[in-house]
Amino acid sequence: MRIKEHPILKFNKEKKIKFIFNGQELEGYEGDTIAAALYAQGVKVLGKSLFLHRPRGFYCAIGNCSSCLMTVNGVANVKTCVTDLEEGMVVETQEGKGVIV
Amino acid sequence: MKQAEIVVIGGGPAGLCAAMSAAKSGAGVLIIDRNKSLGGQLVKQTHMFFGSEKQYASTRGIDIPEILLKELAKYKDKVEIKTNSTAVGFYEDGVITVLEKEDKYYKVEPKAVVVATGAYEKFLSFPNNDLPGIYGAGAVQTLMNVHGVKPGNRVLMVGAGNIGLIVSYQLMQAGVKVAAILDAAPKIGGYLVHASKIRRMGVPILTSHTVKEAIGKDFLEKAVVCKVDEKFNPIPGTEITFDVDVMCISVGLTPLNELLAMRGCRMKYVPQLSGLVPVRDENYETTVENIFVAGDASGVEEASAAMVEGYLAGLCAAAKIGYKPDDFYERRKDYMNQLNNLRSGPAARHILAGLDQIRR
Amino acid sequence: MFEKTGIPSKEMVMEKFPSQDRINKGPVAIVECYREIPCNPCETACRFNAIRVGEDINNIPQINFDKCTGCAICLSKCPGLAIMIADGSKSEDTVEIKIPYEFLPLPGEGQVVKGLDREGKHITDVKVLKVTNPKSFDRTPVITIEVDRKFLYEIRNIRVEV
Repeated sequence: MRIKEHPILKFNKEKKIKFIFNGQELEGYEGDTIAAALYAQGVKVLGKSLFLHRPRGFYCAIGNCSSCLMTVNGVANVKTCVTDLEEGMVVETQEGKGVIV
Repeated sequence: MKQAEIVVIGGGPAGLCAAMSAAKSGAGVLIIDRNKSLGGQLVKQTHMFFGSEKQYASTRGIDIPEILLKELAKYKDKVEIKTNSTAVGFYEDGVITVLEKEDKYYKVEPKAVVVATGAYEKFLSFPNNDLPGIYGAGAVQTLMNVHGVKPGNRVLMVGAGNIGLIVSYQLMQAGVKVAAILDAAPKIGGYLVHASKIRRMGVPILTSHTVKEAIGKDFLEKAVVCKVDEKFNPIPGTEITFDVDVMCISVGLTPLNELLAMRGCRMKYVPQLSGLVPVRDENYETTVENIFVAGDASGVEEASAAMVEGYLAGLCAAAKIGYKPDDFYERRKDYMNQLNNLRSGPAARHILAGLDQIRR
Repeated sequence: MFEKTGIPSKEMVMEKFPSQDRINKGPVAIVECYREIPCNPCETACRFNAIRVGEDINNIPQINFDKCTGCAICLSKCPGLAIMIADGSKSEDTVEIKIPYEFLPLPGEGQVVKGLDREGKHITDVKVLKVTNPKSFDRTPVITIEVDRKFLYEIRNIRVEV
């Protein structure tokens, strides 16, 4: 789902980064946010709503709406749409509100 | 407690221009922006801007932050920039509280403030509107233009204002098909040159249509659309189903200015300015002394107007705290003329009607 | 209707064209700007003072067809991509049309592509004569196509099949 060639833009996606999503090893690029890297791999569902368990994913992309919250490196409720992807990150979908240590 | 002369909250087009203008007059400026780099929504705008030379007409939005930052760098001894910093509170005693990243919290005591926090996207109610695949236009632009990721294969665009028309064009440039553009209104709301550009690519525009419901299990699979009458009531029997995996909701923006309300500025609901806005004078000063506003936070308009409002508010904020250079009146007149120019045509009639309602 | 569809009527389109005589003399700009919006970079860009918008930047641009040389600088500068160039001086049967084209893949010179009208409908096939994409056009390539003269008032866009 990555755009290879664009008539106006040049994307600086050069350095590949490996990360783990729900136990599976995936690849993204330096400069990606976690949500964008997942989206590029076709992962559109990032979590479930608290009570009706409806699928939740990307929505505002700017850190406002809380649709993209996931547990990252053990920390719950991380806004994946505005958090940069880092090498070796462990990203998991949350069950309910996640665990705040 | 951090002291500052002028604090500019928001580093988009209005904020950057306000900072530049105030620094040019000799004031010290602190820019606070919650993103990791400055430019606001400009960084996603791949199209050429309108207006005139002074507002960078014909320059692509994505290139404007660099131009503004280069100008701003001339005053680097006067301007401090704090990114990844969210202004989380603005209290009656004038103090602004700031949260930097996740864990650094501090307070700032400014002499004057320019709130340039922009706007946020409105949304629509319809069954299954919470399915992944249904996004705001901003999200689609972020995915495509910042991250280089296609939002999907086939999009239904809801909203034929400037943003809906422009983002449809950008989707096509990214290699994504646009099945149709809808608007509940009987006429296209955006500039007709944008509409013509997208029509000549074969994309249909359906006015007097709205979304009835979205269908899908884990993400969007289909969208059902129907015609509406002059009172925006759905007309039964007019349903059309589109096979789309993305729906882009582009139904307008509304000003993001809770900080001003918190501070105690008098606010007024003005439909023509797209929501709740601060009452202000022609210098863009609100009802609280030394608190100024600029850009979409003062009323949703265009980036060109946001930049000029920024220049004007920055100039006047600096003047109020004692930085009134010799060319103050000349600059103020120039900025006001530019705004009048941008607003004198039919495209901005609603803005003038809105501005009439918020004069101090 | 225009406000509902975004497609100008044939009368509106023809009003923007100069006379056949002028088109046959050499390249000339057709500025399809039908409504007032605050915008004037076409006037600023023209080196021959052939476009006039005036003090009020909302005015619809007026073209002086005698001064216009069809150089296409305005075409690349127009934020609405509303300008095209027509040149009927090269042949009796065809006209050369220049349009902005901001998509990939760009066609190759000599390639035959689909010619589209203002509704995006395929009305004829056209030959690509030239693809101009200098840095000064800031990523708005200009494509010159050869079209059968009878489509002069209909042709507006191309589709390059991948």
